[in-house]
Amino acid sequence: MNKNPKIALVGNPNCGKTSLFNALTGLRQKTGNFPGVTVDRKIGVTRLDKTTEVDVIDLPGTYSLYPKSLDEQVVLDILANPASKDYPEVVVMVADASNLKRNLLLFSQVSDLGFHTILALNMVDVAEAHGLTINADLLSERLGVPVVLINAKSEEGLENLKFAIKGELIEHSELPKPVLRLDTVSKEFIQEIKSQFKVANDYLAMLMAGQIEKLRFLTSENRTLLVDINRRHSFQQVDFQTKETVNRYKILGAIADESIRKKDDKPQETFTQKLDKILLHPIWGYASFFAILFLIFQSIFSLAEYPMDWIDSGMASLNEWLKSNLPEGLLTSLLTDGLVAGIGGVVVFIPQIAFLFTFISLLEESGYMARVMVLMDKLMRKVGLNGRSVVPLISSVACAVPAIMGSRTIQSWKDRLITIMVTPLMSCSARLPIFTIMIGLVIPERTILGIFNLQGLALMLLYLLGFVSALLSAWVMKNLMKVKERSFFIMEMPVFQLPRVDHVVMAVWNAVKAFVLEAGKVIVAISIILWVLASYGPGDSMEQAEQQVIKENPTLSQEELGNAIASAQLETSYAGRFGHFIEPAIRPLGYDWKIGIALLTSFAAREVFVGTMSTIYSLGGDDDTDTVKNKMRTEINPETGGPRFTPAVAFSLLIFYVFAMMCMSTLAATYRETKSWFYPAVQFTYMTAIAYIAAWITFQSLS
Amino acid sequence: MAARNLSQLKLGEKGVIAGFHDPNLALKLLEMGCLPGTEIRLTAIAPLGDPICLQVGDYTLSLRLDEASVVELQ
Repeated sequence: MNKNPKIALVGNPNCGKTSLFNALTGLRQKTGNFPGVTVDRKIGVTRLDKTTEVDVIDLPGTYSLYPKSLDEQVVLDILANPASKDYPEVVVMVADASNLKRNLLLFSQVSDLGFHTILALNMVDVAEAHGLTINADLLSERLGVPVVLINAKSEEGLENLKFAIKGELIEHSELPKPVLRLDTVSKEFIQEIKSQFKVANDYLAMLMAGQIEKLRFLTSENRTLLVDINRRHSFQQVDFQTKETVNRYKILGAIADESIRKKDDKPQETFTQKLDKILLHPIWGYASFFAILFLIFQSIFSLAEYPMDWIDSGMASLNEWLKSNLPEGLLTSLLTDGLVAGIGGVVVFIPQIAFLFTFISLLEESGYMARVMVLMDKLMRKVGLNGRSVVPLISSVACAVPAIMGSRTIQSWKDRLITIMVTPLMSCSARLPIFTIMIGLVIPERTILGIFNLQGLALMLLYLLGFVSALLSAWVMKNLMKVKERSFFIMEMPVFQLPRVDHVVMAVWNAVKAFVLEAGKVIVAISIILWVLASYGPGDSMEQAEQQVIKENPTLSQEELGNAIASAQLETSYAGRFGHFIEPAIRPLGYDWKIGIALLTSFAAREVFVGTMSTIYSLGGDDDTDTVKNKMRTEINPETGGPRFTPAVAFSLLIFYVFAMMCMSTLAATYRETKSWFYPAVQFTYMTAIAYIAAWITFQSLS
Repeated sequence: MAARNLSQLKLGEKGVIAGFHDPNLALKLLEMGCLPGTEIRLTAIAPLGDPICLQVGDYTLSLRLDEASVVELQ
């Protein structure tokens, strides 16, 4: 552990805090979790001068120290707890200069907690465009803290900011005087909390009294004691907080009015307001939303195809090269049939994940995502969701895990829970290879109505099926849950702005890295286990199978004999035995024991399905360099003599994978976010039940 | 005449906040800068009529109609 001093960046959402964090730390940043919660904890290092380095922590955006969501709670948790390992020496309060009054509210709360605080005024250019001129010197004098003008996007003013941080760190200048006098509560009340809990700061004592449930570091004895003190002094939190907010605004409003000069000729209508007229228009609003969605899907499927093909053929030739250059044997088989086949299944996703996250971060960075929430809120509310649920639902087209974490911005617990429960029904990118292969097997590549690719259309229908079932499930859950919790929407609409390329690149890089590492670990492990299970059988059954085949087929050529032995051995291996064991359960859906093995392995992660198919069919003989799709196409159903993957089987599998909850990581994410095994269990059960029933109906009606 | 509330504003119309019906929702609105005496202007309405967008001070706030209805206007 280094002993660098800690600097915390605090500010409202959309104030440019993250831009400043990136500008200060560059690539010297790490993302992890705050202890006990899955809120992203971003920490980085910046150099103040030749000898001084500091750790910079980017705290989640919040409007006040009275948190409404889990993200915001982290800010209170750290700033109110001197024992926290993230407790900062200096707080840099980032404020949007074009909206100073509201930003100063949080500033005054933080500085009243007794922090060395620096006010970094960002977006001064936007303020000037609105006809506002800010007198930073006067502001600094009135607030009693250093005020630095910065432009986080163009990285102007960073040196001044670093100089100010150094000043606060080294000179131990006097702490700012409290902005608010706590005269709405009795001195004895504050004194009692301060002495009971050995707290030095008056405002901290008030936060403790008012937010007993939200401060995670309080023990249950602490809480009982606080409740008792509150009762004896008949302390009313809502009343105190209302007065506090009003009084702070009164003081800060006067300071802001004094230090901001407003030109009279205020611009009539801002660019953002003009754009909103179109983007929230009853017709053009939805038209542009669907046009954007359509563009995203089209480009994901058409553009990502090229790099995916390169990766696919690259992995195939790597496998071929390994096979021809390594001595034949167990290790080579493990490496090629097990590992490379499995890793290939992960790597091939990277282009699509990268494209998806590029679009999602473009939508977020530009400010458009907030408009989508407004567009969709009323529809979402009808089925028990929230306008804010749109972001998790859209991002779960890439992956449900970050999507479920993204639900933390939903303040109402009921809305958030339903969002988490239905998010995995959206078709994530792990389903894509299954969809692609199955569609390729049974749906001809034809163009209908001149422009629509039939296969592409089928794919879109599968995505729609996922979306519609997510809405329906949400509606059912809304009616099952008797909670009458009030759901909130209140949200700031950010100003439209051009996305910054480096932020988008950073977001995409982090997403791809997480996907490769997280999913990769699971897939590699499962590939190896599967290879072992498929290569070994109980006792000497593997040798017996070989002898049996040789005895029964004395006339076969060397190669055909090899294939026959391999198939017989696969069937008698542990994996084959398990496939046979579950076959009765999946036979009504049209699946045989080989598909059974793939269902089993993809239990942990769907993306394993195709890898398993290719491992099974590699081990089962045939030409190793053939593609999985061809291997599946030529697979014969011994009972009918026809192809194994008839349209009925393929559709049944497609439908099964639209609904089935086959992803350990998602279940783990649901567990982390709901802190209970009940919800992941319900999620798993209801999704698997729908999958089984829907696949059964599909198979029975098509065959 | 009964006092109007925020949800009754027409597009482009201005109003001045007088008070709130719901103390808990008031806390959230207060810290977002919706103080009694603040001038507020309806700038946009979502296609389905709800939520609405309001100009508060120097920024735009989005609210549902039922949230807006707790805000009384002068």
